[in-house]
Amino acid sequence: MKRLRDWFGSDAGGPDAGISRAPETVDLAGGRSYRPEALLRPVNPAFIWASLFGALLLDLLPWGPTIPAPDFVALALVFWNVQQPRRVGMATAFVFGLLIDVHDGALFGQHALAYTLLSYGAISLHRRIRWFPVLGQVPHVLPLLLVAQVASLAVRMSVGGPFPGWGYFLQSVVGALLWPFASWLLLVPQRRPIERDATRPL
Amino acid sequence: MELGPPPLFNQGVPARVRLGILALLSIVLLVVDARLRALDAVRQGLEVVLYPLERALLWPRDAFRDAAGYLSSVASLTRENDQLRRAALEYADKGLATQQLQAENARLRSLLALRDRVAVRSTPVQVLYESRDRFTRKVVVDRGGGAGITAGSAVIDDAGVIGQVTRVYPLTAEVTLLTDKDQSIPVVVLRNGLRAVAYGGEEPGSLELRYMAPGADIVNGDVVATSGIDGVFPPGMPVARVERVERDAGEQFAHVVLRPVGGVDRHTVVLVLSVDDATRPPAPEPARPERGERDARKGARR
Repeated sequence: MKRLRDWFGSDAGGPDAGISRAPETVDLAGGRSYRPEALLRPVNPAFIWASLFGALLLDLLPWGPTIPAPDFVALALVFWNVQQPRRVGMATAFVFGLLIDVHDGALFGQHALAYTLLSYGAISLHRRIRWFPVLGQVPHVLPLLLVAQVASLAVRMSVGGPFPGWGYFLQSVVGALLWPFASWLLLVPQRRPIERDATRPL
Repeated sequence: MELGPPPLFNQGVPARVRLGILALLSIVLLVVDARLRALDAVRQGLEVVLYPLERALLWPRDAFRDAAGYLSSVASLTRENDQLRRAALEYADKGLATQQLQAENARLRSLLALRDRVAVRSTPVQVLYESRDRFTRKVVVDRGGGAGITAGSAVIDDAGVIGQVTRVYPLTAEVTLLTDKDQSIPVVVLRNGLRAVAYGGEEPGSLELRYMAPGADIVNGDVVATSGIDGVFPPGMPVARVERVERDAGEQFAHVVLRPVGGVDRHTVVLVLSVDDATRPPAPEPARPERGERDARKGARR
């Protein structure tokens, strides 16, 4: 139990370095080593909001109930919660949840609750997730998205909604599979051009 | 917002407290919305904000459809034109007969001193998109409260009833389709006048009649139409055709599965029928008496 707590919530909401950076540590205790990544430039807040807004637009597209389109807003929220937990927190997730509720004609607060839980999970795990290479992050993101969907499902079934079938959870799977692409895309503005300084090799 | 180095001690409200507050807030919102329906003004405001975005995002899909339609061959257009002309002739014939029947009906009703039939106003609307919510079967149409659409109106297409307006925004309206599990419609079997209520069915795209006695006179192929006794749906509009009747000796009720006759899941332009309030029959008294009254009655009986 204690291990689980340490694993899940030991540093929930803790402060984070102001400058975003990819993990640059090389040696781990076990002797394994990871390829160091370049330092990232500081994030532009306008880009965060633009990307969240873009994700909202993608969610507003007329997908219909049959296509298992991923929840782009959830994916973008997880990403920014992991990268910038001090800028994008649970309150943001809550507000975006309300907007999705209105668009879907769902109960007020259904997605708000789901996204709040999602955001809490992502912020709790953000230090851990950033240690992993991008493919190793996928198994962390999938349960987060699933928890949000289960919360949404629980709300609906508690007011007498029908069970929508197991295909409902395909949405999270597709979302998690999109994670590598999303995290590559959302980090593009922060990468610095590779310039080697011959006089001061870093 | 300029972020300095992370503070060591002042970390603001702890994350768990924040989670608790927001989760509590969403649960309060859920209860208020589900039980009291008190948040419709907020919802309508947000919908007006989202509307331009939703409309703009329909453009790529519509452009694609238009392009596909432009490329459809002359042959199919000619065929369709032919069919439409034939249908128009058929309707003209029926329309002429209707005029005469209406006059006759009015005369007979005045003879019998019956109430006038419920007057109905119709508004053609276009279906914008299907709601993404997997728990319900809903579509959103492009006219709302501004065009005089009211919640509760019936929605039909050329073949029959497809749903009911359940939520009205200023510029759009939400239509719950008949196949939604929570949607019900009072119907009557045209062959023998048996009354029933049709609900959205277990299998997708179907309806079912619940609480039908096992011996009820209903067979495959029967057509059910709106009965109109609710004062919401105009009477006599076809709803569905009986597909299967299962009578299990162990069950208390017969299991009747119907297939809607209207194009519930293929639709572009549909008609919203609003019942004129002036001709609506008076609402019945609430069935259950107040608690105090009931106790008083119980006391009186003793």
